[in-house]
Amino acid sequence: MHQKRVLNRLTGFIFVGPAAIFFFLIVAIPFLLGLYYSFTSWNGISRHAEGIGLRNYIHIFTKDPDFIHSFWFTAKFTLLGVILTNIVGFILAYLLTRPLRTRNFMRTVFFMPHVIGGLLLGFIWQFIFVKGFSSIGGPFFGLPWLGTASTSFWAIVIVFVWQNSGYLMVIYISSLNAIPKSLIEAAQVDGASRGQVLRRVIVPMVMPGITVCLFLAISWSFKLFDLNLSLTKGGPFKATESVALNIYNEAFNISRFGMGSAKAIIFFLVVALISILQVRATKSREVEA
Amino acid sequence: MMNTVKKTRSSYLMIEMILLLVGLLFLVPFYFLLVNSVKGFGDILTNAAGWPEAFVWHNYAQAWQKTHFLTSFGNSLLITVMSNLLLALLCAMAAYRMVRRDTWFNRVLYGTFVAAMVIPFQSLMIPLVKVVSTLGVMDTRTGLILCYLGFGAPITVFLLHGFVKTVPFSIEEAGRVDGSGTFGIFFRLILPLMQPIIVTVIILNTLWIWNDYLMPSLILQSPNNRTIPIATYAFFGQFTKQWDLALPALVLGIAPVVIFFLAMQKYIIEGIAQGSVKG
Repeated sequence: MHQKRVLNRLTGFIFVGPAAIFFFLIVAIPFLLGLYYSFTSWNGISRHAEGIGLRNYIHIFTKDPDFIHSFWFTAKFTLLGVILTNIVGFILAYLLTRPLRTRNFMRTVFFMPHVIGGLLLGFIWQFIFVKGFSSIGGPFFGLPWLGTASTSFWAIVIVFVWQNSGYLMVIYISSLNAIPKSLIEAAQVDGASRGQVLRRVIVPMVMPGITVCLFLAISWSFKLFDLNLSLTKGGPFKATESVALNIYNEAFNISRFGMGSAKAIIFFLVVALISILQVRATKSREVEA
Repeated sequence: MMNTVKKTRSSYLMIEMILLLVGLLFLVPFYFLLVNSVKGFGDILTNAAGWPEAFVWHNYAQAWQKTHFLTSFGNSLLITVMSNLLLALLCAMAAYRMVRRDTWFNRVLYGTFVAAMVIPFQSLMIPLVKVVSTLGVMDTRTGLILCYLGFGAPITVFLLHGFVKTVPFSIEEAGRVDGSGTFGIFFRLILPLMQPIIVTVIILNTLWIWNDYLMPSLILQSPNNRTIPIATYAFFGQFTKQWDLALPALVLGIAPVVIFFLAMQKYIIEGIAQGSVKG
């Protein structure tokens, strides 16, 4: 009996152990270490990290306008990015669930930008904004796209929407296809107009899809980094610096690891809070078929 | 009756035309990229929107050489493939055991995985560098694969866990009657059943790992270890504004993943729809 229990434990360890160990080494331990470093003035090199209590946090909220600004930038970007990618993704899906001849081809085209990483996309678009647009000229394309704070902001939004709406479109297509045809037909028989069917039947029925898409879009845009780094590098004059980029610069450019860790903890808390609130809010609005 | 059919036909045609226009708009960036990648430097500066004066294929030879494309492609491939296989296998084993053995340890571990999914990478990257160098795998591809295993585990286990729950228990009972042990049941019966969700997981992890810049940039330093995104970043730093080199390098950089997508698009698009419904 005893032997069997040992064997059972061993089997359990072989199955669960590797994943658990890698997770603890790479996620749990660094996360807890980061929490500890956030109360120190560690510079990343010295072996000793001096404890300074809450001073990093106080400094961040009182004497670091760049960080506060990066939060504002990220919040504004998230708001616009999430709304626009979802609207574009939903409209594309709504149109592409009709029996069109070019349906599959169009789906491929709209999805394609997403498979390319943000870093390379940022460089590609840097060329388009700097050289491509200016060669077209005119009041819109002739703008100094990456030269001013507001146009750089919109430049990132444009690339983000172009990159990610196709992905959300795929999710919306599968939730639209999951709606029973009979439900829509019943509404039409009852005399509902196209707009009414959309608002009263389709949107409530794709609510689980909307939950997923909002969740994804918020998570992508709030953690904006690669695209930000390669397209604007946070410029001009830190006007388009996202929180993730600000943390990165704090730690790896000016080597204030303690301060960077404190920012990383604040960032984590905000991300966690948004995720929880958002999942709760949308889950409560889902309906069963 | 005839009239409404005609009306819907023409409205479909309208939608098709509009979508085609939007689709062209989506493709414009690729046009700029490709067309300018084969222009001479002067041609790019004076005529970025138009057709090339002459096709300068030599740009590609230079970019290929200067980015050490084969090296970075090989590194990206090795890291993506190894991380994917190990992640899928180890997490499938863990997810299976966690579903079937409802111990307090497994419950706490699963809860921790789910909670950890919200942790952004930036929140642990600073101490991670220290942990990786303590482990003695800094600046190695093994070290980076290790990081992907750890950071990818929560979401991978989560997706697989949801699937295993739908696998009926009777399958294992049948296996036991046939005299298979725990490993035999998992590898011969359960793992083959998990194939659809494993495909989804591999697709999601491939898109993430192949395109990731931040994690490899912290772990890998020597040029021989560079993946495509880090090599591209380094190349850009060196040849800023030298578009006749940068653009072909970018085309080379995106080519593997675009080809992979076009070849596998059916599975990729299905996999994403599958994976997100579960989330």
